[in-house]
Amino acid sequence: MSLTRRNALALGSASFVVTLMPLNAFAAKDETMAVINAFTNGAAVSDGGINLTTPEIAENGNTVPVQFSAPGAKRVMLLADGNPTPGVGTFNFGKLSDASGSTRIRLAGTQEVIAVAEMADGSYAQVAKTVKVTIGGCGG
Amino acid sequence: MKKFTRTLTCILALSTITTVAIADEDAELVINGDLNISTKAAAPADSALDELISGWRFRTNETQALQMDDFDNPSFIFIEQGEDLYAKVDGSEGKSCASCHEDVASFEGLKSTLPRHNATTGKLDTMETLVNDCRTERMGAEPWKWSKGKMTAMTSLISLQSRGMPINVKTDGEAAGAYDLGKELYYTRVGQLDMSCANCHEDNYGNMIRADHLSQGQINGFPTYRLKNAKMNSIHARFKGCMKNIRATPFKEGSDEFRALELYVASRGNGLSVESPSVRN
Amino acid sequence: MAKARVKAPKTAAAGELVTIKTLVNHKMESGRRKDGDGNLIPRKIINAFSATFGGEEVVSAKFEPAISTNPYFQFSFNVPATGDLVMKWTDDDGSTVEQTKTITVA
Repeated sequence: MSLTRRNALALGSASFVVTLMPLNAFAAKDETMAVINAFTNGAAVSDGGINLTTPEIAENGNTVPVQFSAPGAKRVMLLADGNPTPGVGTFNFGKLSDASGSTRIRLAGTQEVIAVAEMADGSYAQVAKTVKVTIGGCGG
Repeated sequence: MKKFTRTLTCILALSTITTVAIADEDAELVINGDLNISTKAAAPADSALDELISGWRFRTNETQALQMDDFDNPSFIFIEQGEDLYAKVDGSEGKSCASCHEDVASFEGLKSTLPRHNATTGKLDTMETLVNDCRTERMGAEPWKWSKGKMTAMTSLISLQSRGMPINVKTDGEAAGAYDLGKELYYTRVGQLDMSCANCHEDNYGNMIRADHLSQGQINGFPTYRLKNAKMNSIHARFKGCMKNIRATPFKEGSDEFRALELYVASRGNGLSVESPSVRN
Repeated sequence: MAKARVKAPKTAAAGELVTIKTLVNHKMESGRRKDGDGNLIPRKIINAFSATFGGEEVVSAKFEPAISTNPYFQFSFNVPATGDLVMKWTDDDGSTVEQTKTITVA
C-alpha cells in the first residue's frame, strides 16, 4: 500500500476517527459492561487490588503507554470504553508471573481505560482511568 | 523578541488553548542510562533564538521516555532493518555498503556536518544523496526514494553513529549561497495561511497551536520516529508536512530549495547534540 | 512475518523478579481503515502472545486491534532456576514467530 495522503491520515490519526466516525459507531457503555460481565460471569466487581497507570493526556492517540499490576491475579482484561470496540487485550498469568504488564494502545478519543482482574480467590477487581486524547494542530 | 505575529494571534485565538501537562522542561535526556545528550545549547551570536532547545523538551513525559532507552525507542526496529540493508549485496557490481565502508561506525561524525557543499556538483549533499550516489555510482543499484523505508532505515543507522556529537554544519564559503537561499525560504510567508517557518518555530515556540506544543523546529533528531505514523520520517518529508499544514504547495523532496532549507535549519541547531533516531509525536 | 525484539537479562539470582521487554515490527492493521479506493483494508494483527519458562506458563495474552502498531509488551516473572524463556507471537494469517532467551541462575 502506498502512503497517500488519505492513507497517512487514516493510519496516523486517532483524531481522524473522532472527527469522522458517526457517534453511534462508538461502543456504548452497555457494550463495555457486557464484555465485563462476560469476563466475570456476572460476579460483583470491587475497586482496589489492581493498579492502572496511564498518561493524563496522550500526545497522540495512536500510541498510548499503559501499565497495569494486579498482584496475585490470574487474569487481567484491558478495555477502552470509547473505542469502536472496547477490547484491548486479555492477559493470563502463570504462577511465576507477578501479574503485571505494560503495553502501548490506540485510543480513538478522550475516554476511560478500564482494567478488570480475576484474583486467585475468584473475586474480581477493576480500576478505570480517564485519558485525554488531544487533536493536534500539526502533530495530529 | 516579539513573540506574536498577527497571523498567529488570529490562529491561536480560534483554537482551544488548553493547559495540558506539557513536557517537564527541567528533564534531562540521558539515553540507556549513560549517554548524555545536550538538549539545550547557547545560541550563537547571530542567532534569532535566545537559546537552542531540542524538540525532545517540548514533548510529554511519556514521549520523552520512549527516547531514553534504545529498546523502548521503536526507531530501533528500523535501525535493525538498516543493518540488514547495509550488509546486503545489491546492484550490478556485487557490492554491499559493507564491501567498501566495512563497519558502519566509520560514519561517526558524518551526520553532524550535513548538508555540505559538493564542489563537483555545485549542490548540497545530504545523507540521502550520498547514499544514492553510492548505490548508483559504485554499486550499480537503483537509487532509493528519498523518504521511503529503505532510505530512512539506512539514514537512521548512519545518523545513529554520530549520536551525542554536536551539530556543526558549515554555512560560509561555498555553502553561503545555499545558506542564504535557505534563510530566505525560512522567513518567506507562503500558502493560503500566509505563514513562514519563523511564524511558528521562532515567534511562537513553547506556545500551543491547538493541542500541539510548538517546538523550535530543530532537526537534530532526524530521522525521527513519529507516533503519528509509526515510522521513520525524513527531514524533507517533515518540511513537506509543514508546508501542507499551512496550505502551501510543498517543494519536492530532494529539491535545491529543501536542501538549502535543510542547511539553514540545521545551522540553527549548531551546538545541539545529534539525537537521531529521536521519537516525536 | 514480523521480526521480534526481546530484551531479557542473561543471568538472575534464584527467585529474582526479572523484567522482559518485547517489541514486534508489525502494522497491526485494525480492519477499520480504508485504502485509497475506499475499500476496507482487511484486519491483520498479531492476536496472541505467549511466554513459558522451563515449560511452565508465565503469561499468555490475547491482543485486539486496539494494540498499537509495532506492538510492545513488557512483563515480569520470578526466575526459579536456569531455563529457557520461550516467547511466541501469532499472526491473524496463522504464521508465528518464536524467540528463546536463556536465563542462567548463578
